[in-house]
Amino acid sequence: MPGCPKLVEIGRRQFLRGGAAAAVGAAAAGAVGQEARAAQGAARVEYPSTRLANIADLKIDEPVAVAYPDADAPGVLLKLGKPVTGGVGPDGDIVGFSTVCPHKGFPLHYTARDRAFDCPGHYSRFDAENGGQQILGQATQNLPQYILQVDDQGDIHAQGVDELLYGRLSNVL
Amino acid sequence: MTYKRNVDRLPIVPADAKEHNVVCHFCIVGCGYKAYTWDVNRQGGTAPEQNKFGVDLSRQQPAETAAWYAPSMYNIAKQNGRDVHMVIKPDTACVVNSGLGSTRGARLGELSHSTAMSTQLQRLTDPLVWRYGSLVPTSWDDALSLVAAVTQRVIAEQGEDGVFVSAFDHGGAGGGYENTWGTGKLYFGPMKIKNIRIHNRPAYNSEVHATRDMGVGELNNCYEDAELADTIVAVGTNALETQTNYFLNHWVPNLRGSSLGKKQEQLPDEPHAPARVVIVDPRRTVTVNACEVEAGKDKVMHLAINSGSDLALFNAWLTYIADQGWTDGDFIGAHTKGFDQALAANRTSLAEAAEVTGLTVEQIRQSAEWIAMPKEGKRRRTMFSYEKGLIWGNDNYRTNGALVNVALATGNIGRPGGGCVRMGGHQEGYARPSEAHVGRPAAYVDRLLIEGQGGVHHIWGCDHYKTTLNAHEFKRVYKKRTDMVKDAMNAVPAGDRAAMVEAIMEAIRAGGLFAVDVDIVPTKIGEACHVVLPAATSGEMNLTSMNGERRMRLTERYMDPPGQAMPDCLIAARLANHLEQAFRDAGNAEKADLFKGQFDWQSEEDAFMDGYHANAGGGEYVTYDRLRAMGTNGFQEPAVGLDGERIVGTKRLYTDGTFGTDDGRATFMATEWRGLQAPGKQQEKEKFRFLINNGRANQVWQSAYLDKENEFVMDRWPYPFIEMHPDDMAALTVKEGDLVEVYNDNGATQAMVYPTESAKPGQTFMLFAYPTGVQGNVVSPGVNELIIPNYKQTWANIRKISDAPRRAAGVSFKSKEYSAG
Repeated sequence: MPGCPKLVEIGRRQFLRGGAAAAVGAAAAGAVGQEARAAQGAARVEYPSTRLANIADLKIDEPVAVAYPDADAPGVLLKLGKPVTGGVGPDGDIVGFSTVCPHKGFPLHYTARDRAFDCPGHYSRFDAENGGQQILGQATQNLPQYILQVDDQGDIHAQGVDELLYGRLSNVL
Repeated sequence: MTYKRNVDRLPIVPADAKEHNVVCHFCIVGCGYKAYTWDVNRQGGTAPEQNKFGVDLSRQQPAETAAWYAPSMYNIAKQNGRDVHMVIKPDTACVVNSGLGSTRGARLGELSHSTAMSTQLQRLTDPLVWRYGSLVPTSWDDALSLVAAVTQRVIAEQGEDGVFVSAFDHGGAGGGYENTWGTGKLYFGPMKIKNIRIHNRPAYNSEVHATRDMGVGELNNCYEDAELADTIVAVGTNALETQTNYFLNHWVPNLRGSSLGKKQEQLPDEPHAPARVVIVDPRRTVTVNACEVEAGKDKVMHLAINSGSDLALFNAWLTYIADQGWTDGDFIGAHTKGFDQALAANRTSLAEAAEVTGLTVEQIRQSAEWIAMPKEGKRRRTMFSYEKGLIWGNDNYRTNGALVNVALATGNIGRPGGGCVRMGGHQEGYARPSEAHVGRPAAYVDRLLIEGQGGVHHIWGCDHYKTTLNAHEFKRVYKKRTDMVKDAMNAVPAGDRAAMVEAIMEAIRAGGLFAVDVDIVPTKIGEACHVVLPAATSGEMNLTSMNGERRMRLTERYMDPPGQAMPDCLIAARLANHLEQAFRDAGNAEKADLFKGQFDWQSEEDAFMDGYHANAGGGEYVTYDRLRAMGTNGFQEPAVGLDGERIVGTKRLYTDGTFGTDDGRATFMATEWRGLQAPGKQQEKEKFRFLINNGRANQVWQSAYLDKENEFVMDRWPYPFIEMHPDDMAALTVKEGDLVEVYNDNGATQAMVYPTESAKPGQTFMLFAYPTGVQGNVVSPGVNELIIPNYKQTWANIRKISDAPRRAAGVSFKSKEYSAG
């Protein structure tokens, strides 16, 4: 990209700081990365590292409701019992996804029968075992998946999202 | 690995961004969009006064918000040579889609040409000519003068029947009133080209001859009728995937019962209930599933008929409905003719139809009741819709007529909640001089090319290699004939034009073919061509079209075409001017004068005024300025007048009961069942094991030419899927994702196995017209009496080629049917 957008980006981040601070205040505990909001803007948004659960909390095929990167962004943690795309934990089988449909923002539900997320708005389906690939549907992106890390205590931390979340033009508000 | 963009924020559309009316390029529904553009060195902010939407974008926006756009809706485009940010998002004010975006149209942004963002760099930017053994860039004048010289010489030696043409006839991208007029005037004006075919079929003919012959234009209702109907009949149409927002925005409210208020308001003197649906399709589609989810299974009948047996079902409906006295006698008497004769000819008992279709007598009886049994003494309102399952199916002409018979007999044309309509592929956009010289039946152009006829072939936005029948054989012969000309050209210095033309003509005399391809992207057939000309697409030019309810809009030019590309209508005009010169140079002043002054257009608007405005019914009321002011809602054709500067249109056709026949009476048609009509189909069915039913998919629909360079789509469908029942997979010892060969006596192709529990054993369904596996390779050359192809009734054997290739290993193979949990 040419130089201009970078300058624009710095200006925009400058502006965003005010709004972002308010949003983070309402978000789940555990947000870090405040120090990253220095004078220089980054190419990607600064994600909080948020503890979502401990691996001991998860049972196979029992979704756990979470929110990330803030309380207004509902999501889910899932243990699938086999290694899958983006999976973490000792079995590489723990994944996290946004549960807001990237088509029109309707809440998805989990269909355990074939491990997919279904949207009651317009019948879109996303594959929980394959990076949230849209099986069929109206969205133009696959389901946003969390970038997860598990620490020594087994705590599962979300550290980023791989697609733009519905209803926001910056994943971190 | 599933494709992810890793885009986590987007530039904000500023409050003062330029706003352009856009209608989606791709399918017939023609959803309204807005393109917002602004200088690349600026952007809006999150405060309400800083952005186009006037809302606080520092907060999470709710479902169905107008204040959000996906990364796929964004790009950096060129506008008058300068980089601008561009967002193309669904328009909430458009009555067609009410802000809904499909998985195709909501990618218009990233499917645009952008050097800054490296998208669609496949686009053709310069005229190309075969020189020194490859296609290399050249000037417009160089390329067009060569085409004109060869075309003139072919006409001199073979007459105009030596000029073969393949040309789009539709609206949307690769079409539109401007471009159909430009090409039509070229070939039907100073020349009378007879050997011409349309983009998706091997002749110049209607896909729906029968309904037109009966006096019933095929787009006779409005989308709102789907909200008003008591019963919707859907034949060979999979609307959720291929008319997505028509289905979501106009069918679903009726299935859910949320259009009841509208029904009561508009039709107060009769009882109303949520819609029932009758779906005729050998395959259980996701449309069947969605209808069941919304209406309940007790309101949905899926008639999974034997492939190609639709006609027998429709004749049984007509017979049963007439015998029950459920026909609309007043309507039949006042506005139609031939009912008694047609009824007598078509008489089919429920039992006879059950035998042919594989349905039960009870299924046929119940569906007839849903169509026509009066509701508390009032006529039931039934909307009939059909598409390629019928159009590309067995015995097209009669089957089309048989369905229109039922609609007419029940008084369901020209009335609210009715209609007998095709669902459509592209938008429409046909404005051309008379094609009467083409004749009926029209020439079977592909067959003539295979037989060695013709000297020069002009191709406009078509790719026979992907989208024709008997494609395997067509490609074999076409490559051979065009290679003869390439070899001849290789032997002559490119700068010696006279020697070059002579060498080309010598090769043509020996059976060669000189081919010219006009398109926006490189195509498969383009690889065989000697000249390739770059066209602009919708949005890179102003373009008018109408959708499936005849809603005409202007897509405004919001970005530059790439390189030297220009609108098809202006390419046609420049070719015409070069032809004038070529005829004059050859001493044929009489022919040259036929072109003189006819193609002086400087802009697409000039072509529009010369074509649609001056020739279309009601065209005199329609101008760019008026269309611009009417935004994404436009008006419904035909225009009948003006209200101030607003164009007054026509919501439904035939509301006065006057139909498109000489005497104004719609004509019933005798449509007797005659089995599998196209030559060779019955034998093929008996010889080969699997039905290779075929059609389109949600993610790729009238958009494959761009999707082939779109990772979101290619990640999902690296190869065309073939849906198979698990028992068939087991019998063939193939797994999900395996590549299989589909083969019969017509040819062979490849596909990727997609396990499908709902598939009937022995019946597969393959993605049609896909670049990495062409279903047309195995479709026989058999056509109907009017040269309509029969893609759907194809039988072949299947064998494994290989385990799932790397790309197929990243594909989900789960059920496509929504689950309520």
